[in-house]
Amino acid sequence: MNTLSRRLRRGLPLALLMACVAATAADDVGQIKVAKGQVLVDRNGQSFPAQVGMALTAADTLKTGADGTVGITMRDNSLLSAGPNSVLTLDRFEFDPTTHQGRFESGLQRGTLAVVSGRIAKQSPQAMTVRTPSAVLAVRGTDFVVSVP
Amino acid sequence: MTVRLAVVFLVALLGACATPPQGSVVLLPDPAGKPAQVTVTQGTQQLVLDQPYAGARLSGDGPKAYASSAQEVQAQFGAALAARPLPPAQFTLYFVEGKDEFTAESKRIIDDVFGEIARRPVPDVQVIGHTDTVGSDAVNDPLSRQRAEVVRSALVARGMSAERIVATGRGKRELAVPTADGVAEPRNRRVEILVR
Repeated sequence: MNTLSRRLRRGLPLALLMACVAATAADDVGQIKVAKGQVLVDRNGQSFPAQVGMALTAADTLKTGADGTVGITMRDNSLLSAGPNSVLTLDRFEFDPTTHQGRFESGLQRGTLAVVSGRIAKQSPQAMTVRTPSAVLAVRGTDFVVSVP
Repeated sequence: MTVRLAVVFLVALLGACATPPQGSVVLLPDPAGKPAQVTVTQGTQQLVLDQPYAGARLSGDGPKAYASSAQEVQAQFGAALAARPLPPAQFTLYFVEGKDEFTAESKRIIDDVFGEIARRPVPDVQVIGHTDTVGSDAVNDPLSRQRAEVVRSALVARGMSAERIVATGRGKRELAVPTADGVAEPRNRRVEILVR
C-alpha cells in the first residue's frame, strides 16, 4: 500500500504533464511546416512572426509579405500554402479523428493559395469550404488553387 | 450621333465596372488520379469545376468558366505551390488477432518510420488504429485506440518526442480489405502511422 501510494505520487506529475501535452496537441488545428521570408500569424489581436513548427489554432490569420510564403498541414491532412502578399484566415476547424466528421472553413482575403483537401472533405463532401471576399468554394476534393487580387 | 456614341461608351464603362476581376480558381489534376471537384458559388450563380485545369474567373456577374493550363498555374501560383508541405508519408503495422502485439515483420517497419521522421524539418506523427469487423464499435473503438497507443509508446521509447505524436482509433470504419461484419481479417487489424 505504502509502495503503491509512493509510486502514485511519483507518477502523478508525469501523468499530469502528459495529459497537458496531449491536450495541447489535440487542440492544435494544424502546424506551420514551411515558412520563407516575412510571414506573420495574427492571433487574439496580436501579431507573431511565423516559425516553422509553430502550432496553429482556429481563428488564426496568416499574412505573407512581398517575399513571404507559408505552408501548413492541418490535423485532417489538408495542406494549405500561400504565396506572397496573401492573407489567409482559419475560420473554423472541427475534426473527429474516429469518425472523420468535421468542418473546415478558411478564407483567402488577398493573394494566392494552393489547397489539397484532407480527411474532412473526403468523409463529407461540402464540409470543407474556402471563402474569398466574393465567392464560396465547396471542396469535394482535392487539389486546387485560388487567387484574389 | 454624338449622343449615341456617348451612350455606347457609358454602357461599356458600366459593363467594366460591373465585372472587375475578383480572382480566379483552378482545379488541378488529382495526385492520386481520383475524381475531384470544386463548386464555386457567387450569390445565386454556381460553377462546378471537375476537370483538370478547369478554371473559374470570379466577377460581379458570377463565376465564368475558362480553360487554364499547367503553365499558367505555374506562372501565377508557383510560389504558393512551392510552399506546399510534403504530403504525409504512410506506414502500416499489423497485429496479432484480438491483441495489441505486433507481427514480426511490422517491427522492422518502425525503422522506416524513423527514417522518414529524420527526413522532415518539423515532423509530427499521427498513429491511427484499426480493427477488423469482429465485434461492435463499443469494442473496436477502444481496441483500435489501444493499438495506436502501443505504437505511440514504441515510438516514444525509441526517442520520438511524445508531444509530437497523437494516437487515435478509427475502429472498424476504414477497412483495408472490405469484408462483411463479423469477419476476422488480419489485414484489417492494423495501425497506420502518418509522418507529416
